Amino acid sequence: MAGITGKDAVLTEYAHRLETLDAPKGRSLTQDAVRRLVRNKAAVLSVFVVGFIIIFAFAGPYFLPWTYDKIDWSGIRKPPNFEAGHYAGTDQNGRDMLARIMQGTQMSLIVAGVATLVSVIIGVIYGAVAGYFGGRVDAVMMRFVDIMYALPYILFVIILVVIFGRNPVLLFVGIGFLEWLTMARIVRGQTMSIKQREFVEAAKAGGAKPWTIIFRHIVPNLTGPVVIYATLTVPEIILTESFLSYLGLGVQEPQTSLGTLISFGAPVAETLPWMLIGPAVVLVSLLLCLTYIGDGLRDALDPKDR
Amino acid sequence: MAHTTTLLEIKDLKKTFSIATGLFARPLTLTALEDINFTIRQGETLGIVGESGCGKSTLGRCILQLLTPDEGQVLWLGQDLTKLPAEEMRQRRQDLQIIFQDPLASLNPRMTVGEIIADPLRTLRPELNKTERRARVLKTMESVGLLPEMINRYPHEFSGGQAQRIGIARALITEPKLIVCDEPVSALDVSIQAQILNLLAELKDEFGLTLIFISHNLSVVRHVSDRILVLYLGRIVELASGDEIYEDPKHPYTRALLTAVPIPDPKLARLRNIDALKGEIPSPINPPSGCTFRTRCRFAKPYCAEKRPPLEIIENGRLVACHRWREIDVPAEAVLNG
Amino acid sequence: MTEVLKVEDMSVTFELHDSEVQAVREMNFSLSEGETLAVVGESGSGKSQAFLAIMGLLAKNGRAGGRVMMGDVDLLALDSRQLDRYRGKDIAMIFQDPMTSLNPTLKVKTQLSEVLVKHRGFNQQDAVTTSIEMLERVGIPEPVKRANAYPHELSGGMRQRVMIAMALLCQPKILIADEPTTALDVTVQAQMLDLFKSLTEDFGTSLVLITHDLGVVAGVADRMMVMYGGRVVEKGVTDDLFYDPRHPYTLGLLHSTPHIAKRAVRLDPIQGLPPSLENLPKGCAFHPRCAFAFDRCLVERPPLRDVGDGRQKACFYEGPLAYGEVA
Repeated sequence: MAGITGKDAVLTEYAHRLETLDAPKGRSLTQDAVRRLVRNKAAVLSVFVVGFIIIFAFAGPYFLPWTYDKIDWSGIRKPPNFEAGHYAGTDQNGRDMLARIMQGTQMSLIVAGVATLVSVIIGVIYGAVAGYFGGRVDAVMMRFVDIMYALPYILFVIILVVIFGRNPVLLFVGIGFLEWLTMARIVRGQTMSIKQREFVEAAKAGGAKPWTIIFRHIVPNLTGPVVIYATLTVPEIILTESFLSYLGLGVQEPQTSLGTLISFGAPVAETLPWMLIGPAVVLVSLLLCLTYIGDGLRDALDPKDR
Repeated sequence: MAHTTTLLEIKDLKKTFSIATGLFARPLTLTALEDINFTIRQGETLGIVGESGCGKSTLGRCILQLLTPDEGQVLWLGQDLTKLPAEEMRQRRQDLQIIFQDPLASLNPRMTVGEIIADPLRTLRPELNKTERRARVLKTMESVGLLPEMINRYPHEFSGGQAQRIGIARALITEPKLIVCDEPVSALDVSIQAQILNLLAELKDEFGLTLIFISHNLSVVRHVSDRILVLYLGRIVELASGDEIYEDPKHPYTRALLTAVPIPDPKLARLRNIDALKGEIPSPINPPSGCTFRTRCRFAKPYCAEKRPPLEIIENGRLVACHRWREIDVPAEAVLNG
Repeated sequence: MTEVLKVEDMSVTFELHDSEVQAVREMNFSLSEGETLAVVGESGSGKSQAFLAIMGLLAKNGRAGGRVMMGDVDLLALDSRQLDRYRGKDIAMIFQDPMTSLNPTLKVKTQLSEVLVKHRGFNQQDAVTTSIEMLERVGIPEPVKRANAYPHELSGGMRQRVMIAMALLCQPKILIADEPTTALDVTVQAQMLDLFKSLTEDFGTSLVLITHDLGVVAGVADRMMVMYGGRVVEKGVTDDLFYDPRHPYTLGLLHSTPHIAKRAVRLDPIQGLPPSLENLPKGCAFHPRCAFAFDRCLVERPPLRDVGDGRQKACFYEGPLAYGEVA
């Protein structure tokens, strides 16, 4: 029926006329959430602290006289010494602690970011598909998740180390491939409740295909739980990385990470306290802030729960 | 009315749901709809009434193929929708749309009003470009009484009545021939209810729509419908024109429903002798034998438990499913005089 | 008739994080023994909040002003411990969704007998017997079987009956019912309204029926009170308000309600949307939607005043109230 009556042309003109019309922007749910988040002082402070830590880790090394792997033969196991440029002292091998903390933080952040991203992408797609199609598809997909849960985590990590060798980033892409299980379960549950909502039925009545419904109508409505769970995954992966590095499966020398630094600093905490205090302060504040941000996001995205 | 075309014909429709009761237990079967036969003529409004659990919403969704019927045919201008390949059915959806009960739940909270209303066009009319889409959206918004400057707002910024207008605009944008209205006003305030009912009536005239109006509220159905279909436990018990149903109900259930409807008129309300039904609707998982209404029917005889009453065609194409409709005399109090 | 409740100048205010919202303002009414008073209004009219305040059930950020006299006691002046002596015993409330007020993990009889043990000092066995008798009186078939059921095993109508039975166990003087039939099917609704009628007759209970459905009001209420934007706009005997409404809003509500026996071609709805309490129009809150508004309504708020025959209205307009032809 289009084009015969010339109605489209009339309508197009009408649209152009209204194009210039001032249609105020509405407040989206995301904007509302941001507004609520901004009101939460602890969360805002945490965002700033995390932001500072990120800048510290990535921009910091350019302002230091020492790099993380350079050995200062004149200063081994030395406390902070400003004249020599070792602002946070040196380690047993004479490497600058501040540079190493920066590099370690960098590594921890990259690894956590990459693994979280991978787990979110896989978890959301897998969970949404299983939840939306339901029935047999869901049963098969979720049994697979159950099996993955049952297999020992560390076994997979060892296999991954064998596959990826010593590349830490690839290793954590792999860890992301393991971490999505919980995310998939959360997303599946949410999807099952969202697909009961009438707007999904309305989309079906409007002829939308299953994939359109999943990506256009369901996934955007998963933002709340996904963002919240992701902020909880980041600290979890930082801790996993520390643990793996401790076992010697993670980051390798001379590169380092917060976990590695702490595991080296802990045994000598009494004699060389600067080797533990620096990385510990960064790790603790990072984890604490991420938890506050997660809490803040939960309250902001889900105001009814309070 | 004899000349108008039959738009939709429902033949022997049956829909069951299976309810899982446990890992190893056999699932129970719930018969939501059975032996549904009726036609809808172009341009009419068919009201579907019944109490909760009678299958009225399921029927609406089976017509639109949002639920797949187990048996039977849904003939749209002679073409069986249940047999249509997915892609053809998708195209057909231009002609068949739906309006939902809960106006806010039926709008995606992450999309703006403009995006929501344009959504069916994206799949059903992919040849339209962005400007053309927007033009249609604005045009439709205008006809349902939404201001153009609302286009970039989000659903949660609207009240129930306005949200329902958005839902109506989304249903109208594909220029459908038939709209299933599933309890479109029951979630709204009284004064807003009347506005939406009037709007539907205007749109029906303006666009020549055929409406299926599903509601539990008999006063509302009476107000909008040409013919009324009464459902009880997934079966048709009576189908007749609005005036016939209200002035001369044949089925004891229709009668009981009518006398139970609250009347906004104190004197009439006091005069009325409410033919209060005993008890509540039996479970559809295990419906009574024979006539499913017999457990609450005050005219029931022993044979009502043995044989299911057939849906008979009586005068003027009225349908009724009752063994005793000829014998039951309608007492004067059941007839409502305005 | 004896007065059982007198509400004087009551207001309800909610504190939001940066503003205050007045949900109910200047509410005055009294309730006589055995009388049914209907409170009619749309969402946001303050009708539910007013009675939650009387029951001391406001949300944490809400507070009530004025006086609510039950005999010599001002309910609003009591703390929640003192209020417990009256709440449930002299004044009880039931809600639209009975599931929210029933404990899903306890059997019906446990919940009912608990009330008797607590408020009336019954021993356990008597309490159960009395509870089962009460279930029978509110029209529950097979009361012994239902008493041993959990709330989720009952249908909606049955649950609402259990709630009513629970409310009646202490023989309250006043029963407040907030949209008690809205979630029920018409046939069950008719049964419930019958039950309410016999309650006021048999027990002498005064009933406050909060509803938006004028059909429900017509069948059971002696007097009615129409609320809009947090205020009472018209008050009087039910028949008077139905057949001779004096406030344009009451008239509008009547014209918005489809009547099963009269098929009008079109309804005459009230135009526009109900106001938000945060942003009430100046002057008369109803003026933007009122067909009879004139310049005075825009600037001055009409007070609720007597207009004879024991009726009150809050409107300046004195002319005949009708839009063209009245159905």
